[in-house]
Amino acid sequence: MLHLILFLFFGAVCVAGAVNLLVQSHPINSALSLIAVMAALAGEYLLLGAEFVAAVQVIVYAGAIMVLFVITIMLLNAGKEERTKGSRVAILLGVPGLLIGAVLVAWTLLFRSNTTMVAIGAEPGSPKAIARLLFHDFLLPFEVTSVLILIAIMGAVVLASRPEAVAKTAGERSETTPELVGAGRNRG
Amino acid sequence: MSITAFIIISLIKSVAVVFVLLTAVAYSVWLERKVSAHIQNRWGPTRVGPFGLLQPLADGVKFIFKEDLTQPYVYKPLYIAAPIIAVVFAISSIAVIPFGTWVTVGPWGTTFMQITDLNIGLLVVLGITSMGVYGVALAGWASNSKYSLLGGLRASAQMISYEVSLGLSLVGVLIMSGSLSLREIVDAQGGRFWGFIPRWNIFHGQTIAFFIYLISAYAETNRTPFDLPEAESELVAGYHTEYSAMKFAMFFMAEYANMVTVACLATLLFLGGWHGPIFGPPILQALMPVFWFCLKVFFFMFLYVWVRWTLPRFRYDQLMAFGWKVLLPLAVANIVVTALIVALRAQYPGFLSFL
Amino acid sequence: MNIPLSYYLLLSGFLFVCGVAGFLIKRNIITIFMSIELMLNGVNLSFVAFAAQWHSLSGQIFVFFVMVVAAAEAAVGLAIIIAVYRTRETLNVDQVNLLKL
Repeated sequence: MLHLILFLFFGAVCVAGAVNLLVQSHPINSALSLIAVMAALAGEYLLLGAEFVAAVQVIVYAGAIMVLFVITIMLLNAGKEERTKGSRVAILLGVPGLLIGAVLVAWTLLFRSNTTMVAIGAEPGSPKAIARLLFHDFLLPFEVTSVLILIAIMGAVVLASRPEAVAKTAGERSETTPELVGAGRNRG
Repeated sequence: MSITAFIIISLIKSVAVVFVLLTAVAYSVWLERKVSAHIQNRWGPTRVGPFGLLQPLADGVKFIFKEDLTQPYVYKPLYIAAPIIAVVFAISSIAVIPFGTWVTVGPWGTTFMQITDLNIGLLVVLGITSMGVYGVALAGWASNSKYSLLGGLRASAQMISYEVSLGLSLVGVLIMSGSLSLREIVDAQGGRFWGFIPRWNIFHGQTIAFFIYLISAYAETNRTPFDLPEAESELVAGYHTEYSAMKFAMFFMAEYANMVTVACLATLLFLGGWHGPIFGPPILQALMPVFWFCLKVFFFMFLYVWVRWTLPRFRYDQLMAFGWKVLLPLAVANIVVTALIVALRAQYPGFLSFL
Repeated sequence: MNIPLSYYLLLSGFLFVCGVAGFLIKRNIITIFMSIELMLNGVNLSFVAFAAQWHSLSGQIFVFFVMVVAAAEAAVGLAIIIAVYRTRETLNVDQVNLLKL
């Protein structure tokens, strides 16, 4: 009973946030509803017993990635998006098609899938157990993803820096990266 | 204990702890004014009550009665929501902080001196700290003025940068205690070694981590020497320029509540929490742990104020460079060394056993 | 009490579909990015739900990797958005339709 009530509460917040993301025209409102979705998803993970994943979801996803989004929206300050003209054919065909597809998928998932019932906190994912798996069986993906983050950091720094700054630092050294300098020259 | 007794006792604990926290926040303002005054060779508040002790009350009354301006050009929903977000997340993290040991509650059973003990308690505090960045960022943006926007951007970028070294400096403590539950981390710091040095983490190998944590916490709570985002001489008042009266009071409360949380975490993780000499009759023995805890937290608040009025402020690029280029590698090196020593000690018992 | 796992899968599917719909409907490039993050979150919920059913922690481990990839992608994607904004002064994807200005 408690499981169902909590699931419905967090699920309602998720659904409302997801729909609000589509409906809102200003990106900051969409960002805030996405943060609400992520927080509610952390609650759902707790219901399934994944306590460490829930904490990491709040710390990393809602607390760092979304902060990045919010900071970018604040920095670029683009404002509301304009309405584009909709297509009547798309609405006539799309909405019933979507509804039929949704009913089909829901019916398949609910009645024809091979899933069981889960208790509250079904698979307790304590930090110890997760660490044991992460550093023994999944060591290679772990190391590879750390290299991936390193590449992403370098890429983000290079892409977001001003071309004049890149050209200046590249020119101070001895023309080692001509493509970076070239990008600066094209711009300025 | 039965479910109703559990709920009622938890409610009583929550109300009591939040009340104590809000009083602590109000009196930390008093502490700051008195200590800063004495550092600057003047008296501070002396008129309102003995030693100015009723000054926070007078300040509260002033904030309530001040005119609450809402400019017409702000983005209203976020303008009103941002201080609420800041305050809610600042006060929430007190829920997992243990103040003392077991206490017997009449005929209903025993309970912790803590609202709840989660086995991921430390991550919950870190998560709430991460979410507190939104109060600052949204306040800066919703105020629709260039000083606020710049202040909000700088403050949120600073906070997320120092969160990384904050979290990493705590990993050394986690490796040594083996658990994320705050109660178990404190329990692992009981006892003494060499007879008289208490086995607190600051003496037991995490000294560097302690200083990294302290510096990151100062930057995380936007306090000098890292308070450029809200410095009066730099950005008017940064992200809370456009706020007045009660909303400004909420930002103020949020900042001091964050300071109290950070001080509580520092005592729990590095200074042994509530461990200290216990003596006296049984009723006193039940309260002595709380007294030691409060004494250590008070020491950290005093340190906060002392550092604020002693050191000059960093420039923003110096601040960010320090966080990313100095503190982060140091924290990672601390993790590596701690893990190495713990692993070697597990493999060869007696390795560096004098530490 | 136990609830059927398909409820969690329905929620996960709904989040994924909202993400796809946002990706197709929206015109602001940052909102499109956020729809991608919504899709990834829906998939994370599926992973954790199946980890609970088959009692295997690998599902929860995969959530970590998905989060890491999402973080890396968000960082690089936002850097690209800033670079595009700097030259074209717009965040509307309909107006970013020429290779060279």
